[in-house]
Amino acid sequence: MRIAIASGKGGTGKTFVTVNLARSFGNPLLVLDCDVEEPNSNLFIHGDLISERRSTVLVPRVDESLCEGSKVCSEVCEFNAIAVIGGKPLIFEDLCHSCGACAMFCPNGAIGEIEHKIGKVTVRTSDNIRLVEGMLDVGKALAVPVIRDVKHFADDAKEEHVLIDSPPGTSCPMVWTVGDADLVILVAEPTSFGLHDLELAVETVREIGIQFGVVINKDGLGDDRLERYCEKEGIEILARIPHDRRIAEVYAKGEQVIDVLPQYHELFTNLWNTITRKVHTVGGSDV
Amino acid sequence: MSERKNEILKELVVVSGKGGTGKTSITASLAALANNPVLADCDVDAADLHLVTAPSVLRTEAFFSGKEAMVDRDKCAGCGLCDSACRFDAFQQEDDGTYCINSVHCEGCGVCVRVCPEEAIRFVDRDCGEWMVSDTRFGPMVHARLHAAGENSGKLVTLVRKEAKKIAKEQDRSLIIVDGPPGIGCAVISSITGASAVLLVTEPSISGIHDLERVTSLARSFDIPVFVCVNKADIDPKTTEEIRRQTLEKGDHFVGTIPYDEEMVKAQLEGKSAVEYIEGDIRDRIEHIWEQIWTTM
Repeated sequence: MRIAIASGKGGTGKTFVTVNLARSFGNPLLVLDCDVEEPNSNLFIHGDLISERRSTVLVPRVDESLCEGSKVCSEVCEFNAIAVIGGKPLIFEDLCHSCGACAMFCPNGAIGEIEHKIGKVTVRTSDNIRLVEGMLDVGKALAVPVIRDVKHFADDAKEEHVLIDSPPGTSCPMVWTVGDADLVILVAEPTSFGLHDLELAVETVREIGIQFGVVINKDGLGDDRLERYCEKEGIEILARIPHDRRIAEVYAKGEQVIDVLPQYHELFTNLWNTITRKVHTVGGSDV
Repeated sequence: MSERKNEILKELVVVSGKGGTGKTSITASLAALANNPVLADCDVDAADLHLVTAPSVLRTEAFFSGKEAMVDRDKCAGCGLCDSACRFDAFQQEDDGTYCINSVHCEGCGVCVRVCPEEAIRFVDRDCGEWMVSDTRFGPMVHARLHAAGENSGKLVTLVRKEAKKIAKEQDRSLIIVDGPPGIGCAVISSITGASAVLLVTEPSISGIHDLERVTSLARSFDIPVFVCVNKADIDPKTTEEIRRQTLEKGDHFVGTIPYDEEMVKAQLEGKSAVEYIEGDIRDRIEHIWEQIWTTM
């Protein structure tokens, strides 16, 4: 089964839930860190590096000897990534979405495509966990192609289960990340920002049509509005992680909360059981 | 004359790299301390500033950005050229042999529209969300929201900032405070491009320091002043000190620390900024942070 861990708001504890859930599970597990703008899972999983490869997108390259200055390339580009100046195409690689239109429609066959690096994907292992992490290069705008490279690892995974750490928010990177999950765990804090952003995330996962549940992090910190919202909307609360300053202190140092504070081990084991039951009873594993 | 005003208009963008560091709470406090600012909420994915500023909306506008393809299934002959030309896996064949488009995957490149021999694919403007101009007790505010699973947050960010700038000029206000998005990608780059200064709100955790390094190197590439403050500083005083040391070493401005305090959450639940709700040490510290930023800017 594929489980994505997401949230509308950043900093609610997605990575915290992902790494502790992964650690509490004894069997082989694939963990994908798709928060490619700010990947953090590796800071807690400390795996041994197995491989590292470049994450690239295709961008056009013009063979000037063939170009006759038709300007078709710049006309078909919806992203303003090609301008024809003085009869010569000028390419803005950072605006290119790699759709291939310019190469496909150039009447002279003057445009080919080359790889352009925008990030990297690393694979690490640590005990039962194989961690695949995507990292967008600083200054590059498009996160989705790196996310796609990370997610390819789930397609031919030998592990039975996959945990996916999603980027925050509700726009393209998050939607691409959680789109094919069997279940999305939305991690939320019981504060007014937390509730508001959970509502947005719920709207998004409902729009995509995936089943989901909520993990309340820092339970007891704010008030009960979040709880009442879930009740009213019929959203299952999968787990409650208590508000405990010790968790913040342990986590801040990069240590595993379930190792240092063993009383929380059971909480994550129970969460595994709850999500397994939910995936197998409601939708089946290939929704 | 208008050129002169242009020169003195300042825009401070508050970002954090990692989410949940207290960026929006601190932005709201700076809004309360600043003199006649214009506010812009550029965290358009998960906008929260309005929960503290309680805006009364004056004007709402739809936000269209880019295009999306739509199949007219009566015309579709099921040849599949669209599917093989699409780089984004946006097409799916239905049981009757015709194709449909998953709008979430559609990148709006128009390749399918051009290759379809039946002219069965329309190319329409994409409705991505809305943006609002409002009044708040701190000053005018421009904010927005993307539709669920919406796209193009970078363009919406640019639009919100442009509108805030317009209001600042019209009303002769000299400061725009921008609540930025988390991360370092598209939306963050759009928030920082052309701004006067960046305030990074971080926390002393291993994730906080890691994300700070990435967002700092992005901010520094714009060649504008970079201010750093540490929220929840006493969670790990050693890491806080390390952040201070690194900030100064790189030539950026370290403007202060705020201790971990549940009063910050209570203020948020009451719909108030920290400096309106909390007296004493926390208030003094945030005031001190603001004074340093404003003097330097």
